Amino acid sequence: MSSVFGGGAPDVIVIGAGIHGCSTALHCAKRGLKVVVIEKDHAGRHSSGVNAGGVRQLARHVAEIPLSAYSMELWHRIEDLVDDDCGFTSDGQVLVAEDEAEYDSFRARVAELNSLGFSHEELIDARELRRLVPAVAESCPGGIVSRRDGAALPFKTTQAFRRKAEILGVRFCEGVRVTGIQAEGSSWMVSTDAGAIRAANVVNAAGAWADRTAADLGEPVPLEVIAPMLMITARVEHFIKPVVILRSRKLSFKQFSNGTVLIGGGYLGRALRDQNITVLDWAKLAENAKTVWDLFPIMRGAAIVRAWAGIEGRMPDDLPVFGKSRIHKGIFHQFGFSAHGFQLGPGAGAVMAELIATGNTNTPINGLGIERFTA
Amino acid sequence: MKTIKDVASLSECYDLLIIGAGPAGMVAAATGAEQGLSTLLIDENPAPGGQIYRGITTTPVAAKETLGADYWRGTDLVHALTASDAVYAPETTVWSVGPAAEGTSDPGRMEVGVSVGGAARLIQARQVIAATGALERPFPIPGWTLPGVMTAGGAQIALKTSGLVPDGRVVVAGSGPLLYLLTAQLRAAGATISVMLDTTPLENWGRAIRHASDFLRSPYLGKGLKLLLGAERGMRIVRGVTAISANGDSQVKSVRFRHGSKEEELPCDVLLLHQGVVPNINLANAVGCALDWDEDQLTWVPQTDDWYETSVKGFAIAGDGAGIGGAESAALRGRIAALGAGHRLGRLSANDRDQRAAPVRAELMRASRGRRFLDVLYRPAKAFRIPKADDTIVCRCEEVTAGKLRETVALGVTGPNQMKSFLRCGMGPCQGRLCGLTVTELIADARGVPPTEVGGYRLRPPIKPITLGELAALPKTPAAIKAVER
Repeated sequence: MSSVFGGGAPDVIVIGAGIHGCSTALHCAKRGLKVVVIEKDHAGRHSSGVNAGGVRQLARHVAEIPLSAYSMELWHRIEDLVDDDCGFTSDGQVLVAEDEAEYDSFRARVAELNSLGFSHEELIDARELRRLVPAVAESCPGGIVSRRDGAALPFKTTQAFRRKAEILGVRFCEGVRVTGIQAEGSSWMVSTDAGAIRAANVVNAAGAWADRTAADLGEPVPLEVIAPMLMITARVEHFIKPVVILRSRKLSFKQFSNGTVLIGGGYLGRALRDQNITVLDWAKLAENAKTVWDLFPIMRGAAIVRAWAGIEGRMPDDLPVFGKSRIHKGIFHQFGFSAHGFQLGPGAGAVMAELIATGNTNTPINGLGIERFTA
Repeated sequence: MKTIKDVASLSECYDLLIIGAGPAGMVAAATGAEQGLSTLLIDENPAPGGQIYRGITTTPVAAKETLGADYWRGTDLVHALTASDAVYAPETTVWSVGPAAEGTSDPGRMEVGVSVGGAARLIQARQVIAATGALERPFPIPGWTLPGVMTAGGAQIALKTSGLVPDGRVVVAGSGPLLYLLTAQLRAAGATISVMLDTTPLENWGRAIRHASDFLRSPYLGKGLKLLLGAERGMRIVRGVTAISANGDSQVKSVRFRHGSKEEELPCDVLLLHQGVVPNINLANAVGCALDWDEDQLTWVPQTDDWYETSVKGFAIAGDGAGIGGAESAALRGRIAALGAGHRLGRLSANDRDQRAAPVRAELMRASRGRRFLDVLYRPAKAFRIPKADDTIVCRCEEVTAGKLRETVALGVTGPNQMKSFLRCGMGPCQGRLCGLTVTELIADARGVPPTEVGGYRLRPPIKPITLGELAALPKTPAAIKAVER
């Protein structure tokens, strides 16, 4: 049982070194637990490393808001947590209404959030919208802003969590693939292509591959493997600070301090998860470009220099699977973040570590459990 | 040959699509058309020829001896292309090649994004041959980003296309047969080149001599001797140069160099650098072809079979893009690749294909003779591939230095793709097409592991930038329109 996993039996095995696996490992280590992380590629290889880097509380499903709020507190002192600024900047995120009907629905949304006690989303009129996003098309009547939101550099962030976790004693086994998992007495035996390892607790943070581990455990879930596409432009003159998103048409839009502009919105390419590759769908990227063309005329001549996609797992209700296994003691799930899990990483890791160490958490996570699929 | 000037005139699908109209591409196109395949040849330049025969139908350099007999041999290839039924799309870029949507009848079918005159379109091809040639190996020395310092290949392009010759005191530096050829061409065209700094490592001779017998029987021998003898006339050649830097504030003013134990500094207005060419694998990389590290040529080379098909079905690479072999070899490999594609399309039986290819392969064997000697002899020195000085720039677009890269390796960053996220190297307008080799070798050197373990940048489309406006205006493909109608 020594070999690639290093010496000593761990308390926790984390499967998957994305932002979630790395964060959970780090927070477990802070609680004094011994952790081994098993990753089939390298940390941040898939969606954690290549996503849009949005750090967003804006426009989230109510079930996720507590986890997201907890995470946001950690983001604003991320350097204390991982000794790295993770490229985090906080210039807000703005959800733009494209017409009056949409603006009315935004008004209703903010009122509902307020009644639930959440105040991070703020309705703004056309004037404030223009002040925050001067280049936006004249026709947009207003929007919602979440002022503490922002963006970070995803790969840098995931690596920072990994590095800090390692400093705190977590062992990372990269290039090692989990092949199965079985109960053995009161603990779990995780088999890999580099041998087997045992621990009392196992966290399934395997992203787009997590359904396989869940199925092995008798908890099959309807996870869809998706490949959200992104593209980035060459430098253009600086014209926008906050991240801008749309709802009816798909768009997320961010300009970096160096002038390059990241364009996304969740258009999907094809994911071939067994080959670790994605295939872009240019017809859909053209739609994505058309939205930018309409909303930001200033961008029409910008050169697209790169387009890519990451491999991600999506649940049918677009909510993550987060919490204890429904049937097994010592098994925890943390996957299916459905293309909006990056911001949740720091907080979700802290809550997961709390669950593992104490059996409970004060952060409401009801509505996110695996039982909604397997019960 | 039919020439196309706008995207609307392109067909929805071609049997064979060839990218690049150098020797390999021109011959592949003629060979494809000769088999009755609907063949499209796409090229970025306004006229065929590629780099080696660049401007062959348009060059203002009329005196035949300036560019030399080897250059004018390209005329035959252009004639064969012009006489064929291939469709030729000049001034056209290919910005994406990927598998066509699932559900089409032939599995190797590709979707190709093309752009002409500011308008983009997606078309399909049943087989693709990339004949994207070679590019000059990066030559990162202190001061190489100063105005006045350029690649010798760049100077040659200016000469072939516009008859331009660099002004003032010109110093050429580097290694390899092309350096001598370019120098001879520029001098014949009237450039004042007073000094050549030859960086070929003297110890390479010992290793190369083992491969000399083939070289002595090859056509390279005669050409090489002629160039060497010519170079000795009226020009100082400094051999065994082990360090070079370009100096100046806003413009190169002097070049400093070391040979043996001596340091010298010479005033200069133009410094031309060249240390050989490497396969241009940018397209192959973005398409996802498996690449191998070639320790002799110190570069990535795509894996190909006997017909130059890569690990990606339906996607072949002909010419220098599949390994440096020179113009003559490229043309022959273009023919073999097109015969292979014809067979995969069911146009030629295996027997027919093999018979037609047999004499071409024999020629190829002859044309490749002596190549190994040149590879070993002109293998560039480490000092000119992996900059020692920490402040030497490696990634020109994002101004990332060698020192910064080494520091970041020490943080635990193990490969070029992770490095991008930390330093933005390879993320500027050129997307790592120019610094890729240097970054791979530098990381490998700093980690003390072979380049294969480090890997290269994973390049992503668009292979050439397209504007947001072009992409937004992309016409709907018939398949997409049908999908909506259903």
